[in-house]
Formats: sequence, structure tokens, C-alpha cells
Amino acid sequence: MRVALFVTCVNDTLFPDTGRAVVRLLRRLGVEADFPRAQTCCGQMHANTGYRDEAVRLARRSVAALRGYDAVVVPSGSCAAMIREQYPKLAGSSGVTPFADAVAQVVPRTYELTEFLVDVLGVTDVGAYFPHRVTYHPTCHSLRGIHLGDRPLTLLRQVRGIELVPLPGAEECCGFGGTFALKNADVSAAMCADKVRAVLDTGAEVLCAADNSCLMHIGGMLGRQKSGVRVMHLAEILCSAETAGVR
Amino acid sequence: MSVTFLGMPATRPFPRNAARAVRDSQLRFNLRKATRTIRARRASVVAEAPDWAELREAGRAIKEHTLRNLDRYLIQLEEAVTAAGGRVHWAADGAEANRIVAGLVKATGETEVVKVKSMATQEIGLNEALLEHGITAYETDLAELIVQLGDDRPSHILVPAIHRNRAEIREIFAEHMSGWGRPAPEDLTDDPAALAEAARLHLRERFLKTKVAISGANFAIAETGTMVVLESEGNGRMCLTLPRTLISVVGIEKVLPTWRDLEVFLQLLPRSSTGERMNPYTSTWTGAAEGQEFHLVLLDNGRTGVLADEVGRQALRCIRCSACLNVCPVYERAGGHAYGSVYPGPIGAILTPQLRGMESELDRSLPYASSLCGACYEVCPVAIDIPSVLVDLRARARHPWPERAGMAAAGWVFERSGRLARLQRAGGRLRRLVPRRLPGPLGGWTDTRDLPEVPRESFRDWWDRTDGGRR
Ligand code: SF4
Repeated sequence: MRVALFVTCVNDTLFPDTGRAVVRLLRRLGVEADFPRAQTCCGQMHANTGYRDEAVRLARRSVAALRGYDAVVVPSGSCAAMIREQYPKLAGSSGVTPFADAVAQVVPRTYELTEFLVDVLGVTDVGAYFPHRVTYHPTCHSLRGIHLGDRPLTLLRQVRGIELVPLPGAEECCGFGGTFALKNADVSAAMCADKVRAVLDTGAEVLCAADNSCLMHIGGMLGRQKSGVRVMHLAEILCSAETAGVR
Repeated sequence: MSVTFLGMPATRPFPRNAARAVRDSQLRFNLRKATRTIRARRASVVAEAPDWAELREAGRAIKEHTLRNLDRYLIQLEEAVTAAGGRVHWAADGAEANRIVAGLVKATGETEVVKVKSMATQEIGLNEALLEHGITAYETDLAELIVQLGDDRPSHILVPAIHRNRAEIREIFAEHMSGWGRPAPEDLTDDPAALAEAARLHLRERFLKTKVAISGANFAIAETGTMVVLESEGNGRMCLTLPRTLISVVGIEKVLPTWRDLEVFLQLLPRSSTGERMNPYTSTWTGAAEGQEFHLVLLDNGRTGVLADEVGRQALRCIRCSACLNVCPVYERAGGHAYGSVYPGPIGAILTPQLRGMESELDRSLPYASSLCGACYEVCPVAIDIPSVLVDLRARARHPWPERAGMAAAGWVFERSGRLARLQRAGGRLRRLVPRRLPGPLGGWTDTRDLPEVPRESFRDWWDRTDGGRR
């Protein structure tokens, strides 16, 4: 099985630890993922802010870089949702046939990380060890966009040493929303403040999610408030093993 | 073409209105409490309906079919209403509808009308228009009464006074009821039963002496010419039955082909809106009752324009249940007034810019009044994909130039992976120089949130240096 890692521009640029964790985790499970060098950004920011032409250009670049693989693994519910939900629409409206062909090839083979682990590899125990109190926030696009369901929690429950605590009001949006966080900064911050309060109420040391963009937003406020709560991508928890310590 | 009027003046853009609401702690408390209560109620009665998914799909399909064949069904409706003794009037826009209604009221010689809660008449600003003709319209829905007495604006489709709490309502009643009719009792408390009783006495007098009523309709059945109104208080039924002249102003998208179609919507609507299994007062009437006069004013006011839009037209499926408002995290914090339209919340964010256009700063900002969290789509009983319509409207909006420049720059960087790699390396070298507070619009982030630390090495450089961790 030829597997491509679509690491996403946010992880590539700001959270390389997440990308590394995915590579190591997959290797531990016997999968050597490839990193197609031409990849950059899926185009979600442009598409969702109303810049369709740029989004189409980036979507075309992405599917060109990712086509030909048996599976594309994306450690982001949001970017996986962009590819699966929006690419077919962009391809449909652009009228460019090679683009539509590539989209039709790539879309059904694109998996968010936990989907790939649970549905394709068929594992729920990835052999991780993480002796910390953790709470999980299901980000909107992984919850309502690609319907990850309980896959992330199923994986987390098998982690040795973990103390998993439920997050009150988990299904509510954290207020990130891409450029929404800038364009409607006040509402975004008000939503984030409620999320932060819910996280603090759990007494967790670590907040995890399947999206670093949302974690950057919630973590930014947790950090500003000097709360001491760390944010971590799910992949980093699943990757950590007894011998290697946290990372 | 004149700009479609939607019952409220277009003012400042949404983010500025919302920022003010966010700082109003009383408002936020009221909204949070109210939306969460009704949200939970809806969730529980929807969860107990085993065939909810099928009902929702049926609702979507019936509306979709009707909108595709709207011309045919509207004519059928007109014929059926006329055959049953009613008169049908066609209004291209709000001004024409207001003119028609004012003319009809004047012809009766009356100067007072009672009103059943109706979004369509609010949309066209009917009360204000009637006042110019010397006609006073009295709202009889409890929440609309609170809004009217308080010289306020509705902030929710179903619960227009959702931004008010009991104490505020008591004050409004005590102070303003006397100016509109029977005054509130001297010893009025903020006990809900006492407030309801005060309203009941105040309104009862009005019902008994007013000869003209104005309503909207939740549904209009083409097959039989029947109008259907759903309400919770019985005040609507008073207005529909007591007066001698009844005028209904109904948006053209409210038509349903057959009486049987109601089966689906009478299940979808109450569970989605008030969180009830069955609606308390459902009134239906066909044409004019004996000794009564009935007029149906069919209102376009921008709807045929929306119908022409492939993506946006699904907004016309809306049955105004307000489930999307109650579940929306942005509405919960911004409140209804921030949307500058009688249609607030997610549905307002897609309907207002389509009906009114995106000329004003406010209307251009509405498609952005969402984090695209998708909660609205999930609860919508007719499956309107609100996030997709928002994104589509954003693609058509005019964007401010600094944003255009930023997006163009980002697009240029992402165009070549080498450009991205060079930018990442520059970022890695300058990582210690990133300020804690960013300037301009980017300050919206750093006012409340720290920036993430820029890593020394990007993922792609790590991959190259270590051959994907194998070295
Ligand atoms: S858009 Fe859907 S959820 Fe919102 S008011 Fe209309 S029917 Fe209800």
C-alpha cells in the first residue's frame, strides 16, 4: 500500500512535532508513509474566506501532488473535510476535466489520521503510553464535517496510563473558524473563553484534538491565561511510548 | 432596482454590533439561558422521534419540489383561494404589499388592526407603513407585544423578546401598557403567571373591539387554498376568528402542494422550534368564512431573485423554526440585533444578503458572521446546508483590500513548495523577533491569545534532513 502523508501547511510550518509523530506512529504500525514534496496548502483558508480562484489553484496543486497513492493520510479533520467536501464542488464549478479526474481519484482515498488507523489499518490499540490526565475536544469539522464519531476516543481509551476525562459541552465550537478568529475577534474570543473554562473545569493537564488550528486558538488563550494546561495533537499522544517518554 | 427592505435599517457591520453585544453581560446571560433551554428541549424531542431523518428528508424534498414548480403551485393556490371566496393580491415588493394592505384596511373605514405574529409583515415594515396612513397595528403575540411596548426590535424569529428577562418585561408592562390600552395592574410582579395575566387582560379588550386582523401564514396549501398558522398562545386564533376582515401577507415560498404534505411539516416544525411534540394552536382556514372578508397578499420581495440562484435558493426552504438560531454559538453571543435584519442568526446570514444584496458594509459582513461550525445544518429540519451557502456568498462578496493583498501573498507562497520552504526558514531564523502583540486586524488575535511559537525547523526540512526520520 502506497501511503502519502498530507501534513497540512499549518503542521508543516508551525507544528512539525505533529508531522513527526504521525510518521513515527505509522512506522511503528508497519506503514512507511511518503511525503510528496510538492504539497503546500489545501486551500481551505482561501475557499472559506471567499477566494475561490486561489482555492481552485491550490486544490489543483494538492491533488496533483497526491494522486496515484492508495491512501492519503491527513492529521487534520478540517483539511480532510476540505478535500473531501469542498474539492468535488470546486472541481465541478471549475469545468477543468483533468482536475476533476484527479479529485475523483484522490477524494475517496483521503483519510483523516484516526480514520486511517481504525478503518484502514484496523487498529485501536496503537501501543501508546501517556500517563497524564487528558481531555479531548472534537473539533467541528471532524465532528460534523467528516463525522469522525468516536474513533479518536476509541484510540485514546487504549492508551496505557492515560486518564481520559470528558469535556463538558464538547460539541460546541471553540470559535476558531479560520479567518473568523480575526474578522469577528470579539465573538471568537468569547466562544474561546467558554471553551477554556470547560477545559479548566476538567482539571486536565493536556487538551488534545485532531486539529492543530483549533488547538492553536484554544492553546493561545490557555497560554495567555497562564493556565498551565498544554495542548497536544492527538497524534503526539498516540505516538508516545513508554521508552521514548512523551515524544 | 430599489434595495429590498427587510424591516430594519442597515447600520454598522456585524463584527462591531456583535462586539458591543459581547460586552453586555446582562444580554449574554439572558441569551445563553434562553437558547440553551430551548436547545436542550429540541434535542430531546427530536431524539425520541425514530423517523426524524426520514421526516427531514421528506421535508427537504417536498420544499425542493415545490420551489422547482412554484409558478404552477402559486396559480393553483390563487384559484383555490378565489374559489373559496377569498381575494388574492400579488405584491412584487414590500412597498407594494404595504400599499395593498393599507388600501384594504382603509376600505373598511377602520383605523386599528390586530396582528398575528408574522415574519413577512415585519420584513416589509408593515406596522410603520400603516401608521403613515393613520392606522395603528397592535401586536398580539406575547413576545411581539413586549417588543412593541418597549419600542424595541425583535431579536429572534420565534421569541422576539429573547433578549429580555422577566424583570425587564415587568418594567415594560408597568410603564407602557397604559399608553396602548388597558394598563397593567398596580401590583404587577415579575412572576410569569402575573405577567401573562396582565397581557391577557390587556389583549382581550383589544380582540373584542377590533374589526380587522392581519396575519402571515406558516403554510399555504395550493390544492385547497387553505392557510395554516401555528402558534402557542391562542392569541393568533382570536385574531383569525373574531374580526370581520382578515388580511394574510404570505411569502410566495410558503406554498405547499397538498394537504397531505402538512403531515410532515406539522411534525418537523413544533419539534424544531418550540421543542414540543405537537403544536398547541394550529389554525387553518380556507377562503372567507361566512360574514368575513379574506384577502391573501402574496409577497415576492426579492424571493424570485433568490430562487434563480443555484446554491442560495435552498434558503427558501426555510420554515422559520429558528432551531439554527438556538444552536448557533455566534448568535448566542452576538444576539439578534447585531444582524441588522428581522432575520437573525444563521438563516439571516444567508437570507438577508440574498434578499437585500451586498451593497452595504453590514450586508457584506453577514456571510462572515459564522465560524462554519455546521451546527445549524445539523439541526435544520429541511436540511439547508447553511455553511455551504455562506461560503458561496463569501465568494461573491467584495473583499477589503488589505485582506485581498494578504490572501494574494499567501496564495503566491503556496503556489510553489520552494517558496513555502524559504518562508519557513526565514520564520525559523526570526522566531525570537515575533512580537507578543500584532498590529492592525491581526491584533484581534493577540488581544486575547498568545501566538504559537515558531519552530526552528519546519516539517519538510526535518524530512529532508533525516530522510523522514530514518537517519
Ligand atoms: S434555516 Fe432551517 S433551522 Fe433555520 S429557521 Fe429555517 S428551517 Fe429552521
